Formats: sequence, C-alpha cells, structure tokens
Amino acid sequence: MLEKALSGSKYYWTLVLGLLVLIGIGFMFYMQQLEFGLGITGMNRDVTWGFYIAQFTFLVGVAASAVMLVIPYYLHDYKEFGKMTVLGEFLAVSAVLMCLLFIIVDLGQPMRLLNVILYPTPHSVLFWDMVVLNGYLFLNIIIGWNVLSAEKEGVPPEWWLKPLIYLSIPFAVSIHTVTAFLYSGLPGRGFWLSAVLAPKFLASAFAAGPAFLILLSFILRKFTNFDVGKKPIQTLAKIVCYATFASLFLFFCEVFVTFYSQLPEHMDHKIYLFFGLDGKGALVPWMWASLLMLMTAAVLLVIPDARKNEYVLGLACLFVFFGSWIDKGLGLISGGFIPNPLHEVNEYIPTVPEVAISIGVYAIGFLVLTLLFKTVVGVKEEVGG
Amino acid sequence: MENSRRNFLKTAGYTVLGVGAGSVLIGMVPRLTDAAPVDAGPPRYKSRPEALAASRWGMVIDTRKINSRINRNIQQACHKVHNVPDFVGKLGAKNHEIKWIWPTKFKNAFLDQDHQFVSDHLKRTEIPVLCNHCNNPPCVRVCPTRATFKRERDGLVLMDYHRCIGCRFCMAGCPYGARSFNYRDPREALDEIQPNFTLRMKGVVEKCNFCAERLARGEAPACVEASNGALIFGDLEDPGSDIRKLLAEKYAITRKAELGTLPSVFYII
Repeated sequence: MLEKALSGSKYYWTLVLGLLVLIGIGFMFYMQQLEFGLGITGMNRDVTWGFYIAQFTFLVGVAASAVMLVIPYYLHDYKEFGKMTVLGEFLAVSAVLMCLLFIIVDLGQPMRLLNVILYPTPHSVLFWDMVVLNGYLFLNIIIGWNVLSAEKEGVPPEWWLKPLIYLSIPFAVSIHTVTAFLYSGLPGRGFWLSAVLAPKFLASAFAAGPAFLILLSFILRKFTNFDVGKKPIQTLAKIVCYATFASLFLFFCEVFVTFYSQLPEHMDHKIYLFFGLDGKGALVPWMWASLLMLMTAAVLLVIPDARKNEYVLGLACLFVFFGSWIDKGLGLISGGFIPNPLHEVNEYIPTVPEVAISIGVYAIGFLVLTLLFKTVVGVKEEVGG
Repeated sequence: MENSRRNFLKTAGYTVLGVGAGSVLIGMVPRLTDAAPVDAGPPRYKSRPEALAASRWGMVIDTRKINSRINRNIQQACHKVHNVPDFVGKLGAKNHEIKWIWPTKFKNAFLDQDHQFVSDHLKRTEIPVLCNHCNNPPCVRVCPTRATFKRERDGLVLMDYHRCIGCRFCMAGCPYGARSFNYRDPREALDEIQPNFTLRMKGVVEKCNFCAERLARGEAPACVEASNGALIFGDLEDPGSDIRKLLAEKYAITRKAELGTLPSVFYII
C-alpha cells in the first residue's frame, strides 16, 4: 500500500524534498547539541524545560484529538466521518512520533533513554507517559493501516480491530491527561498546580487538533482529488467551536481562582505572562495575541453563517491552531518556571539551534504525515475510480 | 528442499527467540534486585569503621551567626571538594550556572515568612540555601529512573550521575530550586579537579549530597567545617544529639513547610 507514496506529482516531490532539507538542517544542529550539550539552547537553571517540551505538550493534544473523529464514527455510527477518520488516526501517528522525538532531543543523556524501561518506576508520571504514548502510537498505526487496507481490498475490516478501536478512545484521553499530570502534580509550582489543567489540556486539544484537520482537508481538496465533503467539515467545525469555548471557560475559571484568592505564588506566573514581572515580559504580546485569536475564533465559529463560509472557517481554524500553539507551545512551560521557587525572574528565549532542531522534528512529523496522507489519497482514488 | 529450508528457518527462529528470551530472563534477575529500593535487604558492602552514621541526617543553620564572609567560605569549600564548575565567574554564562549551596535574601528563601516589617538584620543579611534532603522528597517521586533516591539508612537524598538521563523532571519537582543541570562539560569552568569526588558529565542533574562521601570517611560536611559554628549537623532521630538539643531549645523554621516535603534543614532566625 505504501507504494502509493512512491509516485506523485512535481509538487509532491518538492514538498518531500523540502521537508528532507529541513530535517537535514535540524539534524546538523542536533549533532552540535550532542557534542556541546543542552547549553546551546536558551534553557537555564530556572527554566529547565523549554521549546522542546512545550512542543511535545502541544503535539500530545493534536494526537489526542483523533478521538473527536473516532468517537462519532465508531461509537455513534456517524457515517459522514467515514472518509476522514483515517486521516485523524494518521495525524495522531505523526503527532505522537513528534512527541517522542521532542522528548528525546530534550534529554541530556539520550543514549541512556532505555533506563526508563530498565528501571521501571511506577511512581514517576513520566514512566506512565511513556507507556500511554507508545501504546497510543501503535494502536493508531495498527488501526489506521488495517482499516485502509480493508478499504483497498473492498472487504470489511478485520473483526479484531473493533476492540482496539474502542481501546484507542481511553488511550487518547489518557495521553493528554497523563501529560497534564506531569505538571499539575508538582508542589510549589503554582501555575500548574491546578485540577483543571488536564481538562483544559483536553479541551484545547479537541479544538486545535480538529482545526488542523479541517485545514489539512482544505489542502487535500485543493491539491488532490480527495474531498472529504462539506458536511463532515461543518460537524468538525462545531466540535472546534465548543471545544474552544470549553477551553476558554476553563482558562477563565483558573483566572478567577487565582486573582480572586490573590495568592501571590499563583498570581505571579499569570502576571508575568500577561503583564510582565520585574520589568521582564517577553511573552506578553504573544499571550494577548493567543487570547484574542481564541476568543475571535470562538465567536466566528458560533455564528452559523460565518462558520458555513469556508474562508471564515479557515481563518477561524488558523486562529484556534496558532492561539493554542502559543498557549501551550510558548506560555505554558515558561510561565510555570517564571518566577522561580525563590521568586526570581530569569527569562527564557529559545536560541536559533533550538528552533532549528524543533523545525527538524516538525519536518520529520510532516514527512511521515505526507507519506501517510499520500497513501490514503492514493487508496481512496483507486477505490473511488 | 522448500520444506527443509522452512524447517531450518523455523528452528533457527525458535533458537533466536529462545536465546533472546533466556538472556532477557537471565538479565532480569540481577536487574530486579538492582531496581528494588536501595538498602532493601542486607548491605552488599561494609562501611568503614570511621564512617559517621545516623538515622536521619539534618542541619541547623543559625542565621544569627551568618555573615557574608561565612557565606563565601562555605560556598567555596563545598564547590571545591565537589568539583562544581563556576560558569558564571569564569565564562559569564549565567544560563549554565551550577550551585549546590549559595547565599540568598531572606525574602527569597522564605517567601511565606517575608513581610513588610521584617527586621533590619534579615533584610540585610543573606542566608545559605541548599538541598533540604526532604523526608518526603518530590524530586525522588518524579524521577523516572530512580537516579535520584532517598537512602533509607540515613535519609540522604542522593544522585546516581551514571543513571540520570537528564530529563530534568526532578528540577521541575524541587520546590526549592536546589538542583542544577550540566548544560555543558563542567571541565570548561574548573581550575583543578578533585580526584576523590565524581566529576559529572554534560547532560546530568546534580545537587548537594550533604557530603555523603565525607561522612563515609568520618568527616563532617565541608560547609559545616567552614561555617565557624553557624551550621550544625547531626542525627535528627537521636534525641541526645547536639542538633536535637538545639532544636528543642530554639524555635527553628523550615522552607515552605506547607508543602509537606519535611525538610531536614532548619533555620534559627
């Protein structure tokens, strides 16, 4: 089936080549990081997780969002999602792959990675994150690939796929819940120490992931003969809409608890992010841009006429995607570490090598996504034609 | 022909599988004992006769006796014996700073105790902060490889620099900012290397170890020796120890007591 990814137009190969170049550049910087150490990044003694872990956190959400297609299609028999579900599953595959790579590039001693398995430690949340991420990765590869093969052969999917599909639903929820627990169980980090962190992660994931899928569907329709249809996109747009509202609601819940109680150790992180602290506020414009984008998108998506206009829908999806990306990919991690436990403010700005390595990881993810989507489109064209 | 080749492949496959599974199982036996909590079962090595022992090591810092000279001396003594590189002083690389014990303002050390009208002495003087060797350490809870662990024998929270994968979860978990990460090779900022203490490599976390290596040789921690009596070290579980007598006599506080980490470092204000 993968042979479908081996023939394509000039645009297709240009895309593949472009991604390979980005991967190469990222890899060279990664070699430099291996040689010198993580000191080539902007991380410091206070902000000990940076861009890498933030991207990991954001992408866990993108991966988990496949469940927003799987639940309606497989549990509620919502047939309209039939053409799209495999796209969601393959998006999850590439997103989890990027997650794992972002964890690896963040390790100080990556060659000791297997110590996590050699000395399994159930009281560490990171151990469970490894378990659920790998589980979810394999579930989606197996499910997506087998369902697509069955479609290609014109036979119903194997019977044993059903239980795996049902299993993938709690797994999708668990990957983002466990990832939130990495942060929300830490004493003395007021910004993360919140019971709504996991629900907030899930809500923003169920907004950003489907928003990205809508954008991918538009791209597929423009450059290939594969059209998922108007109706599933509109259904997905409603999911994005309500998930965006849910995530904004949870954000405002946190803002209320923090600022009405006026506990300094909880307030100061949010003050740093949105107003700056001790004269330092590198993220202030970003955080406001994120909030504005998410609120605008929520309003646009809730108005039926606006949502039905595909240009407005596309814009709203871009806002949701980038708004969530800033929130999780920039603000969430730095905001938790600033101010530090001694209430000092040491800012974090990612460096060029760090960003180049991150782009390289994204390029690997997009390459896998491109190959998988090309296979899907090839199969659908063959079956349809 | 076809059949015999298939049989051969099958046998070969099972052999590989068997050898693989066997070696995994053989490998697991010592692994499982390794993985068991440190000090479960009888000790596999003997302490030296001169080694200092306690049920739970602890420290009292008498801030009334602290001054900037003592602060400087204890930091120098600690960083020298532990091969702690000086990236800030030597290379101006603030991001790569490593410190085990350092002086800080009262308001930074005790966020929850600071107020507008704190005494002039406390506003002025810096006091030393270090790893608290918590009785309930969050860093140990979060470590995915047990590279950082609490030694049940004497309560020290220690690091295995050779097992640490450098994920820095412990640094996020520590509510005292006591841990440092080797963002680069420490040799770049070390004048002389003490051969009798581990030199770390890039990519691992490190922190104060309450001088476990000196206690094993029967010596007091380096900071205590250099503190001119301002730092008092002893067994918190022994009611007759100097440190317990001092704590019974004077009111002492710990950093962020509300977090339930049960620090073993106490401050007399």
